Amino acid sequence: MTAAAKITALALADRAKRAAKVAAEFADQVDIEGRFPSEGMDALKSERLMGIMIRPELGGEGASLTEVADVCAILGQACAATAMTYAMHQIQIASLADYAVGSAWHEALQKRICDEQLLIASATSEAGIGGNLRNSLCAIEVDGDTARLTKDATVISYGADADAIMVTSRRHPDAAHSDQVATIFLKDQYTLEQTSKWDTLGMRGTCSDGYIFKAEAPSEQILPRPFAEIAAQSMLAVSHLLWGSLWYGIAADAAARAQSFVKAAARKSPGQVPPGALRLAEASSLLQLVKANVVAGLKQFEGCKGDSDALNAMSFSVAMNNVKIGTSQTILEIINHCMLICGIAGYKNGTPFSLGRHLRDAHSAQLMISNDRILGNTSTMLLVNKQDTSLLG
Amino acid sequence: MKQTIRTLLAKHGNLPVAIEDVADGADLYDAGLSSFASVQVMLALEEEFDIEFPEHLLNRKSFSSVDEIAAALTEILEEQAA
Ligand SMILES: Cc1cc2nc3c(=O)[nH]c(=O)nc-3n(C[C@H](O)[C@H](O)[C@H](O)COP(=O)(O)OP(=O)(O)OC[C@H]3O[C@@H](n4cnc5c(N)ncnc54)[C@H](O)[C@@H]3O)c2cc1C
Repeated sequence: MTAAAKITALALADRAKRAAKVAAEFADQVDIEGRFPSEGMDALKSERLMGIMIRPELGGEGASLTEVADVCAILGQACAATAMTYAMHQIQIASLADYAVGSAWHEALQKRICDEQLLIASATSEAGIGGNLRNSLCAIEVDGDTARLTKDATVISYGADADAIMVTSRRHPDAAHSDQVATIFLKDQYTLEQTSKWDTLGMRGTCSDGYIFKAEAPSEQILPRPFAEIAAQSMLAVSHLLWGSLWYGIAADAAARAQSFVKAAARKSPGQVPPGALRLAEASSLLQLVKANVVAGLKQFEGCKGDSDALNAMSFSVAMNNVKIGTSQTILEIINHCMLICGIAGYKNGTPFSLGRHLRDAHSAQLMISNDRILGNTSTMLLVNKQDTSLLG
Repeated sequence: MKQTIRTLLAKHGNLPVAIEDVADGADLYDAGLSSFASVQVMLALEEEFDIEFPEHLLNRKSFSSVDEIAAALTEILEEQAA
C-alpha cells in the first residue's frame, strides 16, 4: 500500500480531524497576521482531502457533499480561515465535477487536482456588480482557440496562493450581463495586479485581496455548460451548505468553550448551578437549530442531485437561501451568548475561553453574499412560490 | 397566446434587447432576462389568464423561452378546463 492509499483508507472525518488539529494550532497566529493558513492547508493536502469529491475514475473518492460538509464543520471548529478556504475550493470542485463532464481538459485537470492536491480559487465578485453572482460586466474574448479575459475582481480569496482560478464573465463582448460562462485559468496563464488589501475584522486568513485579473488560455478551458445552470443547480446551493457547515463549526467551538467555562465554575462551587448554565442551555438549543437547518438542507440537496428539474425549482432556491439566512444570523446570537457566559475570559485574547476570533469570523457570514441581497431574491420568488408547509416533504 | 406572452415580456421583462429580436425558441436568460423580471412576467401572466402557476412549473425551464412559457400556459389552461 502506498502512503497515499494508506491515508485515503482512513475515514474522511478522521483525516479531517488530524488536519483540524494542525489548523487549530495556528488559528490565532493566522488571524493576527492576516496570512494564508498554510499549515492547515498543507495538512489538508497531506491528508489528501482536496479532491475527494472528484469521481474515482479521475483519482478522487466520489465523496458526497454531505461528507465534504462534515469536513468543513470539523475545520470550522479549529480555524475558520482554513475551513473557508477549503469550502470555497470545494465549491469550485463541485462545479467542475458535475458541469464539465466529457470535457477532456477539465477531466485532466481533475486528475491533476487529485494527484497534486491543487487549490482552486474563484472570482465572481466584480467592481460595479458586488456580490451578484449572476451578473458580469467583463466579457471573455475568444479568438480562434485562444480566450482572453480581464476582470476587475474586488475579492479573490487566497488568490495569490491558488493554483488555478475559476472566473465568471459574459460569454462574449455583445452578450447580456446575465449570459455568463465560467473559465478555469491556471496559475501560469494569468497575472494578478493587487488593487486592495484584505485587512478585515474577521476571516483574515482567507487573504481575500482585490485584483485586476488578466488571463490568456486555450478556449477549451471555458466550462461547457452555461454559468446560469452551474449557479442555479450547484454553486449557490453548495456555497450555502458548505458555508453553513463551517459557520456551524465556529459556533459549535464557541459553545464548547462556553461549556467548559460553565463546567469549571461548577467544579469550583459544588452544589450550585453556575450563572452561565441557563444561557448555555439556550445556546445549545440555538446550536441544534443551526445544525438541523444545515442537515435538512444537505438532505434536500442530496435528494435532488442529478435531477435538474428539482434543482431548478424555485422552492429549492428558497430552501437553500433560507439555510444561508438562518445559519448566518443564528451563529451570531450563539456566540454572543457564549461571550456573556465566559465574560472577560471570553472577551480577552489568549485564554482557553477567548471568543474574539469566533465573533469576528462569524460576522462575515451575513455579508458573504449579503443577506439583504439574498432576502431580496427570496422575497421575489415568494411572490409566486408557495411556502412549503409540509413537515417532511 | 405567444403574442400576449411577447407583449407581457416587452412590458415586464426588462430585456436589454427588443423582444421582436428574440426568436420563440431562444433562451430568454441568455437574452438578459433576470430572475426578478421573470417573476414579474409570471405575475402578469397569472393576472392576464386568471391562473396560478403550480409548484412543478415554478422553475427556470418553464421560463427559458417564449415556446416554454407557451407550453407551460397551455398545460395550466388544459388542466383548468379538465
Ligand atoms: C470571507 C469572504 C471571502 C470571499 N471570497 C470571495 C472570493 O473568493 N471570490 C469572490 O468572487 N468573492 C468573494 N467574496 C465576496 C462575496 O462573494 C461578495 O461579493 C461580497 O461579500 C459582497 O460584497 P459587497 O458587500 O461589497 O457588495 P454587494 O453585494 O453589492 O452588497 C453591498 C450592500 O448593498 C446592499 N445590496 C446590494 N445589492 C442589493 C440587493 N439587490 N438587494 C438588497 N440589498 C442589496 C446590501 O445590503 C449589501 O450589504 C468573499 C467575501 C467574504 C466575506
